[in-house]
Amino acid sequence: MLVRYLSQIGRYFIMLKDVFNRPVKWSVMKQLILKEIDDLIIDSLGIVCFISFFVGGVVAIQTALNLTNPLIPKYLIGFATRQSIVLEFAPTFISIIMAGKMGSFITSSIGSMRVTEQIEALEVMGVNALNYLVFPKMIAASLYPFVIGISMFLGIFGGYLAGVYGGFTTSQEFITGLQNEFIPFHIAYAFIKTLVFAFLLATIPSFHGFFMKGGALEVGKASTVSFVWTSVVIILMNYILTQLLLS
Amino acid sequence: MIEVHDIKKSFGDQMVLKGISTSFEAGKTSLVIGQSGSGKTVFLKSLLGVHHVDSGHIAFDGRIYEDMNKDEKRDIRTEIGMVFQGSALFDSMTVEENIGFPLKMFTNKTAAEIKERVNFVIDRVNLINANHKKPSEISGGMQKRVAIARAIVNNPKYLFCDEPNSGLDPKTAIVIDNLIQEITKEYNITTVINTHDMNSVMEIGEKIVFLKNGLLEWEGSNKEIFKTDNAAVTDFVYSSELFKRVRKMYLEDDV
Repeated sequence: MLVRYLSQIGRYFIMLKDVFNRPVKWSVMKQLILKEIDDLIIDSLGIVCFISFFVGGVVAIQTALNLTNPLIPKYLIGFATRQSIVLEFAPTFISIIMAGKMGSFITSSIGSMRVTEQIEALEVMGVNALNYLVFPKMIAASLYPFVIGISMFLGIFGGYLAGVYGGFTTSQEFITGLQNEFIPFHIAYAFIKTLVFAFLLATIPSFHGFFMKGGALEVGKASTVSFVWTSVVIILMNYILTQLLLS
Repeated sequence: MIEVHDIKKSFGDQMVLKGISTSFEAGKTSLVIGQSGSGKTVFLKSLLGVHHVDSGHIAFDGRIYEDMNKDEKRDIRTEIGMVFQGSALFDSMTVEENIGFPLKMFTNKTAAEIKERVNFVIDRVNLINANHKKPSEISGGMQKRVAIARAIVNNPKYLFCDEPNSGLDPKTAIVIDNLIQEITKEYNITTVINTHDMNSVMEIGEKIVFLKNGLLEWEGSNKEIFKTDNAAVTDFVYSSELFKRVRKMYLEDDV
């Protein structure tokens, strides 16, 4: 079993190398990248905005309800909301959600192309199928930090509305909390993580779709396996990057 | 012309192609037949370069594929057209975009020139009112026509077809067979077709290669296949009562 995992990991890195071989003409690649931006980034905005806004609200309410000691200042609600959203919720948990949404889409679309011989058709024509299919996704995923930026903003905004209009804190206190002990490097840390997760979100599901074998049922299985592995690797990388950048 | 010299191919311990030598001439429709598991698909994929043969070689008009460098191999692929069993059309593209794909990828033609060429091949394969439809919106027969149009749009020297008639009704199958044969003659293409369809064998098999257990068991034309006394060929081709009677009538007429 260990040998199988190691062989899969090796195959993944060989795939990454092959993605850059024999690049497709720029005029074609440009259109592919724009299509992937639409499919992977623009189409994800709705769900990311929705989740971020309401989870931000929940974080603010839960923090407020746990601050029962009158000696603890109310501005802590804003502070805790900011830290939770910026450090962990937006970069990591949105990425896990995206492993389900974006990752399944990538695995199933590439997997369906494998099942219906479309990948073979590309290879027979002399097109590097990995470059044609995976490279545009990698470039599109590099815009993923913008999605996370929006998620951070909406999460905090949701927390503000829930905190202030729910009667848990005042606008002034919440904003004071947001500004309190602000460390700009935390934003850099969040975006570094996001960029790494974006790369994983584009490449791990592509790997599972590209090398899948079988029929329609296996496409479904490959999507599930891809979601599990993308999530596992994101969580592991989250730990490693936090240890490296924050400790 | 494609010359195949003593090619062997194994997967693990299993030897699928055990040394096949034959040749396919330009302007002729050559058919590869044989039972399931006889090595037809591996043979076709070896010709296409999808599988690398263990030994032996394949020559495209004297150019030996195994001796080519990466760039030469890529270049020769632009001379190849392929019609897949399931058509393998790109779902996300319209019929017009599917057909124009090889031109967009491998030529420097302008959009207008691509459109002109695409319209020409669309007319050639008799596709009507389908330019802007997606593959899922057209019938199986039309999908096959689109696949043929895509395969010939870049003026290939070599055309490979894997079971072009599978899933088609007999009438449409004959239309597709005739279309492939007409195109082969019109553009002097070297065409190799993998098939199970005995109608195709009788109708368009100018050269027939019969594979059995990874070996070339018999080769000849559709005229010769009526007269052969090779037991493996007669067992396979004339397995139905109908074809047995057809053969008997043909031989009686011939006498």
